[in-house]
Amino acid sequence: MRITQGAFSFLPDLTDDQIRAQVQYCIDNGWAVSLEFTDDPHPRNTYWDMWGHPMFDNPDAAALMMELNDCRKVYGDRYIRVVAFDASHGWESVKLSFLVNRPAEEPGYRLERQEANGRSIRYTTKPYAADRPAGNRYA
Amino acid sequence: MEPALQQDLDGQGDIPAHVDLHAEFEESGVKDVLTELDRELIGLAPVKKRIRETAALLLVERARKRMGLAHETPTLHMSFTGNPGTGKTTVAFRMADLLNRLGYIRKGHLVSVTRDDLVGQYIGHTAPKTKEILKKAMGGVLFIDEAYYLYRQENERDYGQEAIEILLQVMENQRDDLVVILAGYADRMDRFFASNPGFRSRIAHHIDFPDYTDEELLRIAGKMLEEQNYGLDAEAEAAMADYVSARRTQPHFANARSIRNALDRARLRQANRLFENARGPLDAGTLSTISAEDIRASRVFASAVRNEEEQAP
Repeated sequence: MRITQGAFSFLPDLTDDQIRAQVQYCIDNGWAVSLEFTDDPHPRNTYWDMWGHPMFDNPDAAALMMELNDCRKVYGDRYIRVVAFDASHGWESVKLSFLVNRPAEEPGYRLERQEANGRSIRYTTKPYAADRPAGNRYA
Repeated sequence: MEPALQQDLDGQGDIPAHVDLHAEFEESGVKDVLTELDRELIGLAPVKKRIRETAALLLVERARKRMGLAHETPTLHMSFTGNPGTGKTTVAFRMADLLNRLGYIRKGHLVSVTRDDLVGQYIGHTAPKTKEILKKAMGGVLFIDEAYYLYRQENERDYGQEAIEILLQVMENQRDDLVVILAGYADRMDRFFASNPGFRSRIAHHIDFPDYTDEELLRIAGKMLEEQNYGLDAEAEAAMADYVSARRTQPHFANARSIRNALDRARLRQANRLFENARGPLDAGTLSTISAEDIRASRVFASAVRNEEEQAP
């Protein structure tokens, strides 16, 4: 199951040229771009691992593309996203976030129903990938 | 999205049947950069000639690319050799502008660094530091001043070697993203290239910066003062000419930079003189005129006299 998180996720995967153009758009707006990766695709998992520092003063998208290629070499089997922060109001707020890499196979989610008091039911979604230990999930 | 970018994403646009190089020369703004270079930089005739040639080559290369005759990005990495104060950094800024207008680099900014900015202090510090600088320079020009300090022959465990390897890799693989200019004294750069053949083979353009003549330095002095709304009176002009020829024979002579420093000190003395001696109101002319005594008071003249005394016992 193809996960749809962040912007553009209902479109076909962006090509590198398209990623570069989007990143350049972010930089031209004065946003700091950075890369994050994870192997836990749960939608509530907001804290992904950072790849290096956010790039505050690189005027060209080539810098991020270089880091992205490096990141893909190491974590090419995980989800990688580009995050663009706007720091102009003194705190950092996410302006744009989109996936730039996904595992070859995405097993999707299991829906668990827990029967609670009376006839009420509590629902939980669990990624199948999370059954395996972190680091081996998409290997 | 910009139209140019759109065209890139869609693939090839129409291939033109012929190009008008002169029209492109004017339209791309290359002509403006070159005339500005001619007008604003004094002397440096061989440098200007080389830049003109390089611009022509790049213009033709761009036209060929548009016609589908060339596909590879030409190697643009350069080395600027010459003594200190001969305008290497200034020309590098112009070069960045030129390459930007020709479309070979996307942003046209210049990041000027030395060994300190690239090489770390402990194991594992160098690679991230060098990469950080490279990322900052992408889309523009990376100007490495006194590049030979990157390589320390006497210490094979020097971290400079690591920076060199990363640089070489990026210079080779990301030629579209970054142009590297290495700068430094001619003889030491030659030795640096001899011991790092990787650099020599990746650098296509070697430009040598000659020293300025006395007459050129004098014109530079006039121009520097003019920019700050100062002027020399007739006597001061003669004093400045003497200063230039005397300064040249002394150690640590750095061409235009020495002149700049001398003028800064002359302005200091002028201000002092006005402050000490002024009685009553001063007009704009007095405030912006540097006279001979401001220049003659320089230590350079004192030691020039001493040198002559020493030589004639």
